[in-house]
Amino acid sequence: MKKDVQKRPIAAVRWEGQAAVVSVTGEIDLSCSGEFQDELLDVLDDKPGSITVDLSNVPHMDSSGIASLIKLLGRSRKASVPVRLAGLQKRVQSLFEITRLDKVFEIYPDVTEALAK
Amino acid sequence: MKIPPNKPIHLTILSVPAHVPVARAAVERFCRAMQVDEQTTGQIALSLDEALANIIKHAYGGRPDGLIEIEVMPLLSDGLPPTLQLRLRDRGRHVDPARIRSRDLDDVRPGGLGVHIIHQYMDRIEYRKAEGGGTVLTMLKRLGGSGGRS
Repeated sequence: MKKDVQKRPIAAVRWEGQAAVVSVTGEIDLSCSGEFQDELLDVLDDKPGSITVDLSNVPHMDSSGIASLIKLLGRSRKASVPVRLAGLQKRVQSLFEITRLDKVFEIYPDVTEALAK
Repeated sequence: MKIPPNKPIHLTILSVPAHVPVARAAVERFCRAMQVDEQTTGQIALSLDEALANIIKHAYGGRPDGLIEIEVMPLLSDGLPPTLQLRLRDRGRHVDPARIRSRDLDDVRPGGLGVHIIHQYMDRIEYRKAEGGGTVLTMLKRLGGSGGRS
């Protein structure tokens, strides 16, 4: 029997020195947010100096995706690892604004600016 | 493409997360056929997402075999702004609407935002107990721009 096809929301993790840049791709919703969260926390386990989550290829995210990012933020704060979000598309930016999480997360226009911080 | 007013489309999905993006894609495609602007389409899509997630998690408790019936209908009538009606019917555990509320936004933690998002993006939300069990959730969204004037 074929296994269920799982989306892999995290396309790549690259390292700029001690900084981890996590490239996310596709829509983040209940169908993939569990895996999204696990993969984000795996990056934190590698003890980076900072984590930048590149959301420029994410056209849609729901509250389960946001929950994954909040979980990462909570764990990262305990480990004193800054988390930065970059390249939010309009729909995703709007979601962060109406939930007031744009005041909680560090958000940058793109990865370059996030890494320059 | 001309979408006839006051004629619904119906989708039935199971309470499995993998069906959520399929339903969302269908509703987004419907909105685009109605020439609803992208911002409003995104708000409707996200509200649908959150409502389906709540049904899967709370009404069906994560069970994958529950039915969710989705009705999408453009409402057009003289003197009223064009409106999209989304109606979701489940046959799971009825949840008291008084207990359906968002968490405090200042209390930053995972979860509890779905209801807040729906209330922010949709113009009217109504829950009622369905005959035969379950809940009917009706959400209305007024359409800006050329939405609905096909």
